[in-house]
Amino acid sequence: MRVSDVSMSFNMASEQLNSLKEYFLKLAKGELFFKEFIALNDISFEVKHGDTFGLVGTNGSGKSTMLKIIAGVLDPTIGKCEVSGTIAPLIELGAGFDMELSARENIYLNGALLGYSRTFLNQHFDEIVDFAELWDFLELPLKNYSSGMVARIAFAIATVIVPDILIVDETLSVGDMFFQEKCEQRISQLIKEHCTTVLFVSHSVDQVERICKHALWLEKSRMMMLGDAQEVCEAYRHMNET
Amino acid sequence: MNKIFASFERDGFILSSLVSKDFKLKYRRSVLGVLWSILNPLLMMVVLTAVFSFMFRFEIENFPLYLILGTILFNFMSNSTGDGLKSIIDAAPLIKKIRVNKVLFPLEKVLFELVNFVISLVAVVIVMVYFSVAPTANLLFMPLLLIYMVLFCTGLSLLLSALAVFFRDFIHLWSVITLAWTYATPLFYPLAMLPDWMQTAMQFNPMYQYVTYFREIVLWGATPSFTSNLVCLGMALVTLAIGIVVFRKLQGRFILYV
Repeated sequence: MRVSDVSMSFNMASEQLNSLKEYFLKLAKGELFFKEFIALNDISFEVKHGDTFGLVGTNGSGKSTMLKIIAGVLDPTIGKCEVSGTIAPLIELGAGFDMELSARENIYLNGALLGYSRTFLNQHFDEIVDFAELWDFLELPLKNYSSGMVARIAFAIATVIVPDILIVDETLSVGDMFFQEKCEQRISQLIKEHCTTVLFVSHSVDQVERICKHALWLEKSRMMMLGDAQEVCEAYRHMNET
Repeated sequence: MNKIFASFERDGFILSSLVSKDFKLKYRRSVLGVLWSILNPLLMMVVLTAVFSFMFRFEIENFPLYLILGTILFNFMSNSTGDGLKSIIDAAPLIKKIRVNKVLFPLEKVLFELVNFVISLVAVVIVMVYFSVAPTANLLFMPLLLIYMVLFCTGLSLLLSALAVFFRDFIHLWSVITLAWTYATPLFYPLAMLPDWMQTAMQFNPMYQYVTYFREIVLWGATPSFTSNLVCLGMALVTLAIGIVVFRKLQGRFILYV
């Protein structure tokens, strides 16, 4: 996976427009297309196959934007992001869940949206439910579930496949301790046995340090430091102290 | 080649999952369930027939059948575009998180309405039996009509859904336009009632073309001419082309606005 010279800028002025009236007003005043906000400024890095790569940085430093570009949801304004292989995005778990449908129906719906085939889902259905420990509640509508249980299903669906690249966001903090442990186990299993590349994003420097080999520190949309996870985390911690 | 096929398969599975989701949600917790798709047009027809045969008197043979054909076909269009219009905005959480072919959302709404339309054809059959209108071989043109309608509605939905992302005004505007369109199409009244210039203008109303086509093959037992097939297809393709072009041009920026 290679990210080269990626910059992302948003046009703040036009983003707030939601109606024709506002649009024409602004157009008449000549205010359109002016304010620019740069979310990412000339970022380049490379993640090798089988690597575990961490992204650290304070809130609003552009981590999520970077992830969205890597996941292919957002196109960069300038630059290119090349990814080879399948991506399992955990950016926000449970995208596309419908609270009115049962867990069984949601597994198929979410699976479809993640790009699994029907036969694949049929084969792995038991595995998903086993992992999420849901056998008793399969036919209940999702709105009756606790948020932790919903997260379990979501995680189970997202990682049932063996992806080439796994994107792990902070969302893993939901769910009880045991389930979190189970998730971390599954992730490290993917890393060790299947050589999955992992992109890990967190505020918690300790977690990044523990899991990742390499890391990138983003600050105010710029690259601050790229390199060995321990060194980067050390520097990041140092910055926070001063 | 294999890749293209795989992505078709993937999109197909997403489409069928979404359609079945909408279907389940629509009939959840209703005792009669799917029957409503048949009952609804029938009851509407009864109301409209009562109103129009009491207030106005049109010289139309089998007026209830004339009515139900017009209204269910028009509803197919208005429901699918009305839902399609909001489809991208409603799919915002998905579009922001998963890389997915965005065309699927408006398209899915059209297909969902197609399913409902096909179910409501049962109501048409009931009315035909009741008024003993004999079916003819011209019914075989039905799939063609459905293709024209799907292409036309998809084009409109693509166009509207893309525009609605940038200007929510279209949501409000479209319901007014649909209402005006309902009256501008001879659903309740005969075309001959209109002055000459309006009859000429009517030829440019795609819904008039489709409704007439539908009535020809079901009610009047006539074979649609080659020209009318050409007109119906042409209007559908032009609309679809506009929809696709606009949608493609705008879809890259959806995520910033939804």
